[in-house]
Amino acid sequence: MSMTPETLVEVHDLNFSYDRRPILKGVHMTMQRGQVVAIMGGSGSGKTTLLRLISGAIKPTSGYVRFAGEVVHELNRDALFKLRRKMGMLFQFGALFTDLSVFDNVAFQMREHTNLPESMIRDLVLMKLHAVGLRGAHHLMPNALSGGMARRVALARSIALDPMLIMYDEPFTGLDPISLSVIGNLIRRLSDALGMTSIVVTHDVQESLKIVDYVYFIADGVIAAQGTPQEVRQSVAPFVHQFVHGEEDGPVPFHYPAQSYSRDLDLEDSIA
Amino acid sequence: MLKRIVSGRIVSGIQSIGHRVIESTWRLGYASRFFILVLLKSGTSLRRFNLVVRELYFTGVLSLIIIVVSGLFVGMVLGLQGYETLQKYGSESAVGTLVALSLVRELGPVVAALLFASRAGSAITAEIGLMKATEQLAAMGMMAVDPVARVVAPRFWAGVISMPFLAAIFSVMGVFGGYLVTVIFIGVDEGSYWSQMQSAVDFRFDILNGFIKSCFFGVAVTAIAVFEGYDAPPTAEGVSGATTRTVVTSSLVILGLDFILTAFMFRGVS
Ligand SMILES: Nc1ncnc2c1ncn2[C@@H]1O[C@H](COP(=O)(O)OP(=O)(O)OP(=O)(O)O)[C@@H](O)[C@H]1O
Ligand SMILES: [Mg+2]
Repeated sequence: MSMTPETLVEVHDLNFSYDRRPILKGVHMTMQRGQVVAIMGGSGSGKTTLLRLISGAIKPTSGYVRFAGEVVHELNRDALFKLRRKMGMLFQFGALFTDLSVFDNVAFQMREHTNLPESMIRDLVLMKLHAVGLRGAHHLMPNALSGGMARRVALARSIALDPMLIMYDEPFTGLDPISLSVIGNLIRRLSDALGMTSIVVTHDVQESLKIVDYVYFIADGVIAAQGTPQEVRQSVAPFVHQFVHGEEDGPVPFHYPAQSYSRDLDLEDSIA
Repeated sequence: MLKRIVSGRIVSGIQSIGHRVIESTWRLGYASRFFILVLLKSGTSLRRFNLVVRELYFTGVLSLIIIVVSGLFVGMVLGLQGYETLQKYGSESAVGTLVALSLVRELGPVVAALLFASRAGSAITAEIGLMKATEQLAAMGMMAVDPVARVVAPRFWAGVISMPFLAAIFSVMGVFGGYLVTVIFIGVDEGSYWSQMQSAVDFRFDILNGFIKSCFFGVAVTAIAVFEGYDAPPTAEGVSGATTRTVVTSSLVILGLDFILTAFMFRGVS
């Protein structure tokens, strides 16, 4: 894994355990600037944990994550906070600030980290909200939003300061087919237009294969398979085949929780 | 056989006591460290005081109603009871003194703090706990904003600032309630109600000490409330349990602290 100037995130031999229970066992990944990378894997396979490691919320047992040239877990608190201004994270359930309006949620980081005049903040916030189709909802409080709308506001909030990297934790769950492809296309556009790197943790195989550049499959704490969407679709590796086509029988054992999830996805696809 | 069971019970009983002691000592240490952390990270709150002002509204202003109404009623009851007893000795004109001293020294700070714990303390715990449970605090950390500085410290300072004011308002309302009952309804001489009160209540020993008490209570209640909220397990049950613990713990701490403070303040006086 060499560090080319294009590489934004490098995950090197990453190991992590919760209470001595290994979750990740020697994970290697590289993500280039402007790339959209999907991370797939069964429920509980450690995808959210991986995002937390990249953002420095938890420290690896061994190995490292290098982001924009810096080893994340070696930074002190101030340096880590400085680094995090270059990262955005979309939480699984949005995590909007319930005591702030939609507008103030999106404006939050601008007000905390910049000295921009209020008039400029207003323009920027409305632009971000426009991108997710919710400019008209700027005055609402989060409790007046549906789950899908909240996710879109959270997305607008996480791109407020145009970060270099955005991590999406299951951005597609609970969205209707229209919002789903809107969000999918938006993720793609952010990468193409602004050069943001995106990491998309998802179970939605079909939707994400449409928008991503590269896919990693995690199983049992290791990268079980990886490749471009093209390679993934054509892969004859039993694991990938099973995952992509949501088959019940395959290398992933039946009692593994992923199984029922994949079947759920299959169901969703036929509706979409 | 029986003996062995009994001794086994005793051993496991002692073990569980020991376990609890270790647990609560550990938790106390953890809470103290958190308290120091909050103090260290108060810079933001002081620099951006509007953050505190916003919380002052939620903790202070919204507690006003319950404080005003309770103060009035406590004062009225004190007036009634005091008059009842004092008139037996023909000294009903001292009822103003009795009302004022009980309020300023004890009831004002203590009852106001108990009400404050259940009105504002529980709300602070629930709010911070829910923010944690819904990942708002984690999201804030991801946005490079420290939740202790941005969420916890302003609430802490707002509580600390509100408490003495609320206690003072409680006492004032109480004195007024006593006046209503004894002077207006019963007909105690108005002049002696006020003048006896004025000569008996000492600024240094009564008012200042009452103020100091309410400051201690404010720190204690709000520190407990923010800690319980921040430490709450991030689930619905976790948050509701933490809210209950805030009210129970701070009520006990208020009463315990009151005894200790009173013992120190009025030692060798009068
Ligand atoms: N705070 C924690 N303490 C102990 N174990 C944890 C903790 N958080 C997660 N785990 C465990 O780590 C494993 C990986 O969790 P993680 O949340 O990363 O899974 P995931 O791949 O994101 O799953 P999902 O698709 O359901 O979101 C799980 O088995 C989980 O039980
Ligand atoms: Mg997850």
